Amino acid sequence: MSKTYSKLNLSKTTKSNFITYLLVIIVYLIVQFLIAGGHMSSLMKGLLVPLCIYIMLAVSLNLTVGILGELSLGHAGFMCAGAFAGAFFSKCMQGSMPDMLRFLIALILGAAVAGLFGILIGIPVLRLKGDYLAIVTLAFGEIIKNLVNVLYIGRDSDGFHFSMKDSISLRLKEDGEIIINGAQGITGTPHDASFTIGVLLILISLFVIQNLVNSRDGRAIMSIRDNRIAAESIGINITKYKLMAFSISAAIAGVAGVLYAHNLSTLTALPKNFGYNMSIMILVYVVLGGIGNIRGSIISAVILTLLPELLRGLSDYRMLIYAIVLIAMMLLNWSPKAIEWKERIRETYFSGWKSGKGDSAKTAAKGKGVR
Amino acid sequence: MSFISYLINGVSLGSVYAIIALGYTMVYGIAKMLNFAHGDVIMVGGFAVFTIVSTYGLPPILGIVVAVVVCTILGMVIERVAYKPLRNAASPLAVLITAIGVSYLLQNAALLIFGANTKSFTSIVSVPPLKLAEGKLNISGETIVTIISGIIIMICLTLFVNKTKAGQAMLAVSEDKGAAQLMGINVNGTIALTFAIGSALAAVAGMLLCSAYPSLTPYTGAMPGIKAFVAAVFGGIGSIPGAMIGGILLGIIEILGKAYISSQMADAIVFAVLIIVLLVRPTGILGKNIQEKV
Repeated sequence: MSKTYSKLNLSKTTKSNFITYLLVIIVYLIVQFLIAGGHMSSLMKGLLVPLCIYIMLAVSLNLTVGILGELSLGHAGFMCAGAFAGAFFSKCMQGSMPDMLRFLIALILGAAVAGLFGILIGIPVLRLKGDYLAIVTLAFGEIIKNLVNVLYIGRDSDGFHFSMKDSISLRLKEDGEIIINGAQGITGTPHDASFTIGVLLILISLFVIQNLVNSRDGRAIMSIRDNRIAAESIGINITKYKLMAFSISAAIAGVAGVLYAHNLSTLTALPKNFGYNMSIMILVYVVLGGIGNIRGSIISAVILTLLPELLRGLSDYRMLIYAIVLIAMMLLNWSPKAIEWKERIRETYFSGWKSGKGDSAKTAAKGKGVR
Repeated sequence: MSFISYLINGVSLGSVYAIIALGYTMVYGIAKMLNFAHGDVIMVGGFAVFTIVSTYGLPPILGIVVAVVVCTILGMVIERVAYKPLRNAASPLAVLITAIGVSYLLQNAALLIFGANTKSFTSIVSVPPLKLAEGKLNISGETIVTIISGIIIMICLTLFVNKTKAGQAMLAVSEDKGAAQLMGINVNGTIALTFAIGSALAAVAGMLLCSAYPSLTPYTGAMPGIKAFVAAVFGGIGSIPGAMIGGILLGIIEILGKAYISSQMADAIVFAVLIIVLLVRPTGILGKNIQEKV
């Protein structure tokens, strides 16, 4: 590979990163204009913050699945840990410090707790490979959800009380209040989340991930994905880099969880929001957007969040259509025969054109690993 | 005495898990894919029996036959339409996501046809309960039938795989697809057969599960499906005796955990045991350890 080529390639990645930031900012501005012009239904407005949450989750899972190359089915568990840590802090500190500062600390705390869980889980789990890793991460996600559902924490003048049985065994004094009430979760979390904050957090997550991917550490992580044995033989510390990617991914999911918690007044751990179904949903965003393609994750998260809403007119059939679209998209994008057929169509009718955008992005992502 | 009855209930639940896990593990062994839709095939089996027996009032034996036939055909159609085109896809995740799509499709189709209300499933088992030790130990007819059918299925399947030509072909394909094809084995046919058997087993499991826990919704199959998947990994995925052992152990752990530790924590206990087993033996109890070579 000549020197000029690698130089050109580097500027290309920088350019590609800026395109991603720009994309997010442009969408943000368009949405702001739509809101200002009154063209946004309240239903759509309600979707904006969840959309930011899904984008962050998809982007962070892509770090584990696409860049590190390990299948994780427990991403919602990290989100859950972050959500409860952040909401717990906000509930305790409500009124005793400025709202913005409290929310900021809650975000950092959520990231730290989820990241810590990522390290704790990662140390034993990352020894496993492939489907075994998938099932163990799934198990961890379910365990976190289950534990949160039996956790009771209360506070009175004596300090914090903690129980795993029920709210009565907390033995609170009369002035005490229950903060985490088992399956009822946390109620009365302040509503701090907004679309602007969501977009800012997306930009920060993108900045962290894209800079990691293009750094020395990122290249080490991708070398593990491409060939673990070869990476080990040139002295790359496999455990360290795996843990690094895994915990950063978990920390960003934790931030998304804090945002989620501060968007709702009641936070409970249900199978719907923190169960394996959610983890799978995020994985679907990642795979449809292109494994290892950060921008693709954002786009597919947006499309797949809006699709069920756009199909709302079809009411009963919308989830059925969603499932069919999902299967059809996978068959069209990944089946060797469909790819061959698309190539042939392209060669016959559009022989002058470049190959598709998705393909070039994919090869670029692959190329980074070997460069 | 209560311990023994818990143990028997555990073995009964474990037999259902084992039957589902057999389907998972056979498909994994041969197609190297996690069939996430397997749990929903169980639900389809349950609904087939429900329709025949409760809606039309036909004899249960007909319900069983219809459920097995419907699920077998469904399994083969899913394999042909959704999984076969992706068999040589660049990423193994592609077929996994398709399986998730199929799972959503089955759930939502059932939701449209049967509605979201919980159906109360009338047990199709007419075996009287067994009273032992002067009435202290009461074993329900469903438990007896579940355990016996579990044993029969395991014996038949072991004999089928080890003694018949088709079974040997399955082993060969799961060992090395290319070499099996060179030996004149019909790989596509064998994979289709595996899906057919796995789905037929899922139909039986759905019937037994709904007889023991008589409530049926479009989401009935999801959690047992995941648990059976855990059981298959627990016993060593790809191994048929492993799936049986894993399933039964998982059932016992779940029931005992519910009884003696905490009913809310039962799932967490099951998953925690799985993690401990995998950390000690990363390939499961009976899994083969394949050395990676450069």
